[in-house]
Amino acid sequence: MTESLLTVQDLEISAGQRHLVHPTSFTIAAGERVGLIGESGSGKSLTSAAVMGLLPGELSARGQVKLSGTEGNLLTWSERRMARLRGRDLSMVFQEPMSALNPLMRVGEQVAEVMRIHRTANPAQAKARAVELLERVRLPDPRAAARAYPHQLSGGQRQRVMLAIAMANSPRLLICDEPTTALDVTVQAQVLDLIREAVVADGTGLLFITHDLAVVASVCERVMVMYRGRIVESGSCEQIFTDPQHEYTRGLLAASDLTATDDRGRLFTIASAARYRSHASGDGAMTDAEADAGSASRAAPVDLATGEPLIEVSELVKTYSRTRTSLFGRADRVEALRGISLSIPAGRRFGIVGESGSGKSTLLKILSGLEPPTTGSVQVGGVHVESATSAQLRSMREDLQIVFQDPFASLDPRMKVADIIAEPLVPMRVPERKRRERVAETLAAVGLEPESAHRFPHQFSGGQRQRISIARALVCRPRILVADEPVSALDVSVRAQVLNLLTDLVDEYQLTLVFVSHDLGVVRHLCSDVAVMKSGEIVETGDVESIYTNPQHPYTASLVAATPSLEDAFAAS
Amino acid sequence: MARYVIGRVLQFVLTAALASVVVFVLMQVLPGNAAQVALGTSATPEAVAALEAEYGLDRPRIVQYLSWIGGVLTGDFGTSYVTKAPISPVIFNSIQVTLIVVLASMALALAVAVPLGTAAAVLHNRPTGVIISGASQIGIAIPNFLAAIILVMVFSLGLGWFPSSGWQAPIEGFGGFLERLVLPVTALALVQAAILTRYVRSAVLEVMREDFLRTARAKGLPAGRALVRHGLRNAAIPVVTVAGVQLATLLIGAVVIEQVFVLPGMGTELVRAVSNRDLVTVQGIVMVLVVLVLLLNLIVDLLYSVLDPRVRRAA
Amino acid sequence: MTTRRSLDPTLDPTGSAELAGETVEPGAPGAIDPGAVDAAAKPRRRRLNASLVIGLILVGLVVVMALVSYVWTPYNPTEAMPEDRLQGASAAHWFGTDRYGRDTFTWIMFGSRITLLVGIVSVAIAMLIGVPLGIIAGMTNSGLLSGTIMRGNDLLLAFPALLLAIVFSAVYGPGTGPAMVALGIASIPGFARVARSGTLQVMSTEYVMAARAANRGTFAIATTHVLPNIAGMVIVQASVAFALAVLAEAGLSFLGLGTQAPAPSWGRMLQESQQFLGTRPELALWPGLFIAIAVLGFNLLGDGLRDRLDPKLRGRD
Repeated sequence: MTESLLTVQDLEISAGQRHLVHPTSFTIAAGERVGLIGESGSGKSLTSAAVMGLLPGELSARGQVKLSGTEGNLLTWSERRMARLRGRDLSMVFQEPMSALNPLMRVGEQVAEVMRIHRTANPAQAKARAVELLERVRLPDPRAAARAYPHQLSGGQRQRVMLAIAMANSPRLLICDEPTTALDVTVQAQVLDLIREAVVADGTGLLFITHDLAVVASVCERVMVMYRGRIVESGSCEQIFTDPQHEYTRGLLAASDLTATDDRGRLFTIASAARYRSHASGDGAMTDAEADAGSASRAAPVDLATGEPLIEVSELVKTYSRTRTSLFGRADRVEALRGISLSIPAGRRFGIVGESGSGKSTLLKILSGLEPPTTGSVQVGGVHVESATSAQLRSMREDLQIVFQDPFASLDPRMKVADIIAEPLVPMRVPERKRRERVAETLAAVGLEPESAHRFPHQFSGGQRQRISIARALVCRPRILVADEPVSALDVSVRAQVLNLLTDLVDEYQLTLVFVSHDLGVVRHLCSDVAVMKSGEIVETGDVESIYTNPQHPYTASLVAATPSLEDAFAAS
Repeated sequence: MARYVIGRVLQFVLTAALASVVVFVLMQVLPGNAAQVALGTSATPEAVAALEAEYGLDRPRIVQYLSWIGGVLTGDFGTSYVTKAPISPVIFNSIQVTLIVVLASMALALAVAVPLGTAAAVLHNRPTGVIISGASQIGIAIPNFLAAIILVMVFSLGLGWFPSSGWQAPIEGFGGFLERLVLPVTALALVQAAILTRYVRSAVLEVMREDFLRTARAKGLPAGRALVRHGLRNAAIPVVTVAGVQLATLLIGAVVIEQVFVLPGMGTELVRAVSNRDLVTVQGIVMVLVVLVLLLNLIVDLLYSVLDPRVRRAA
Repeated sequence: MTTRRSLDPTLDPTGSAELAGETVEPGAPGAIDPGAVDAAAKPRRRRLNASLVIGLILVGLVVVMALVSYVWTPYNPTEAMPEDRLQGASAAHWFGTDRYGRDTFTWIMFGSRITLLVGIVSVAIAMLIGVPLGIIAGMTNSGLLSGTIMRGNDLLLAFPALLLAIVFSAVYGPGTGPAMVALGIASIPGFARVARSGTLQVMSTEYVMAARAANRGTFAIATTHVLPNIAGMVIVQASVAFALAVLAEAGLSFLGLGTQAPAPSWGRMLQESQQFLGTRPELALWPGLFIAIAVLGFNLLGDGLRDRLDPKLRGRD
């Protein structure tokens, strides 16, 4: 590890007058796996783009980037000269697998192309090698995959293809920019394994960019923490996780840890991270007993389970008919839900966990009466949703409100915050003056300034918008709050705040919470019960701790194992 | 794929059938009495009745429609009430002129627009790109008949290089045919090229922002070659769509251009028939133009599915 | 479809702004997302939009000419001065005179009225019919009603504007009235398409789902969410359709099938100029120039408005 593969010195990236990355220096040794961690806007992606010479034209980079075995500063190289390096010595996997491949070119050709460009194989060899590479990234039926077009592959499969392209010429450095952020948890685990195996086998250096501390720990040996365009801390994984020096790192670590809570049972935020630090560095890792004790105190809602179930779903089936052809199977009818039954007593916090395509969003739409079920029955607060009159449906919806996933798409950009929040009150014929009072109350309850009412959504950050979304759901005082992945689009530090807010509000308003998420960790923190969904079925349901610690169904077990957690990261380091 | 083609062809047939009804209703039902229209308001009731009997206009509308559309399907567009001559030969002779002018213009326009539009996109923040972009914006604003008039002023009346009007069939002399084709084709193509340049530019700009072009560069293709190898075929998809729609516009634009250059095309025949209040002839020509427009849309859609594998599987 | 995580363009990892409830202004230092480099690199504040400004100036010029023509023109448009036939530009006749000795500048001023009238009426017809149809089609997506509307739209697309206008002039006789109606009907599909695709986009958003979950009725959703959010696209389409209508009317009048004598129209001026191309080419150039100015103005206005109003281009700030 003495020879450094990549040396970055005083790299500075700016857009006109604005500095996006302040002078930054780091090195990566040959074969070393380095993580670069930071939240959105920290400049981590720009740093990697600058190394590859792929910065957008409007941005300029200064400083030095040197690669062993080459002369001079890569930043000053011509596009043509850099191109000879890219794909051969340096290669890259991007965040968005859905758009990273040319939609009009067969996958095999796209893999073979990288070998033809650098003449590392003749056309016939390249074609054969492409199939081998697709096999190496464990695509089912690599021959068929080579003949497929990208749209015939799933996101995870496309990301494997990207990895095959990146590793085709055994590069010396692989840069991965959030390669698994858009993927499901179980797929993420497989792709992470693949990346680690590939770079270890070829002795390739790795620069791994992510926002997720737990992910970085499972892949890298060393971590650099980036914050507001600067690397604020770097060190071995162990050091960063057990003895973080910089305040931001400590905050990030505290907010990421969904198993650690303060004495009120709330997650640590950057603001309250100081207390967390002593806890983590005390013995290096949390014991199971501590974790259990923490969760016991969290998941102790007022026990109303003896009462009538507030939500009762039985034998729910939803079938969409549409034409969809995928490479590995053809389906004209999509069975989104195949006989779901569950019962949620009043006052519980019920988590629904599943990956994309599990049917959890469909279930939610049917619960809130936005879509009719194909067969089966849904009862919310005594109303049979599937056969309800519009008056019954109206009163049911006053009881059940939704918080959506995307804080940018769930607020009408043309409406003022006051009107957005007041919207549920309009059909209830609440008089204008009363509406304004309720908006003001609710704004205060979600921790927003009263003046926010007169602003437009684009003037708020993601976390603040999610607060607005929560305020809209609560303004008509529902009994049930349904949250559809409300924190999955948020940065970790903001996530902790929004989750704490939800916990507070559920307590304060005595809400029954239905919390849909792909993230078992978040559900474990927030919920008392959980149902695990897969392919339109509930594979397992029960109280959250026992499911997490002792999963009965193999899918649940694989989900638990695949969920990156800081505990495992602590244990590993 | 086969299902897509069959479905699309059926849709074409259905729309064309509906369009024929619309054309018939517009030309025969709405004006009230075609014989009256043809003869003018001063005609005696006896003359109108005689004309009606002669052309079967006293039959029920539905019978009239069926006999007309049956004729159209077998290539017989009926007889003009005004000239008393069969309409089909008029249409068959003029359609050749119009198609030659339109297709030649489209080819010329594409030959100009594709390189210019690509250059304008690649150089979008350089002076060259801005100039191309601005020039195309101005080009769009010039009506094609104004372009035609200016061309005549400069190259015919001014320089005397080309005749200002007239037509010669290719068999009567290819040189004369080409000579008379240059100005009308250029006039149509100039404006069309301006429109297409803008579409090519925005299609290429769009593609340049795509993630897969970044992937191509990450694989080791320099930016320019990445655009040629991966970008242009993707950019072609929206351009093909637009070019198809524009062909329809050109077809109608040719109506006006033919007037300027006195070409014996469908436009000239159409305007003559309109001025003569010869509704049967108008009806025939309009029907042919409408079917051509629909046919162009069909061809574009089929081409689209050849270019884009994602459409191929969508039934 | 493409899903984008890590959407947050505002940087606030400390959560300090979160806690203080302070709003993060777009364009504030640090409001940068590497995923939105493109947007970040461009100035976020609205800068002077050249297309919009030039478009407004050109359209303004035509509008002012039309308005002034109601109170003042150099000459009476129908006043023939045989002794002043086919003159070049002079102090008395800024743009010269035509074959009857009528003042060309006066005719250009009067012609702008017809141009604007045709544009306004045809765009109004197309917008009032096309937008509601498009919204209905979008909101009842994949229903029978929506299918009928879109098939009707396809049918109408088979009749290009100029062709429909020629048909109308054949049936109802040539004139400004039939021309306006024909151009209006032929422009319906453009508006219906824009309105439908915009509506589909809006209807698939979570804020509409939230509104439905909050018991808002279909009509309320159409007026409070759909219409305001597609208004920008509709206005852009109106500007483009206006330019097309101006072109089509000029073409129709050039064929002698549009505005009839003695009403002054730019298209007919061009047609009448044809026999004097060798001697008085400016007779063709003046009306040609003003047609081009009007069309360019509305096209640029459309482009400029698109940059400003299109939610897709506005980014998510």
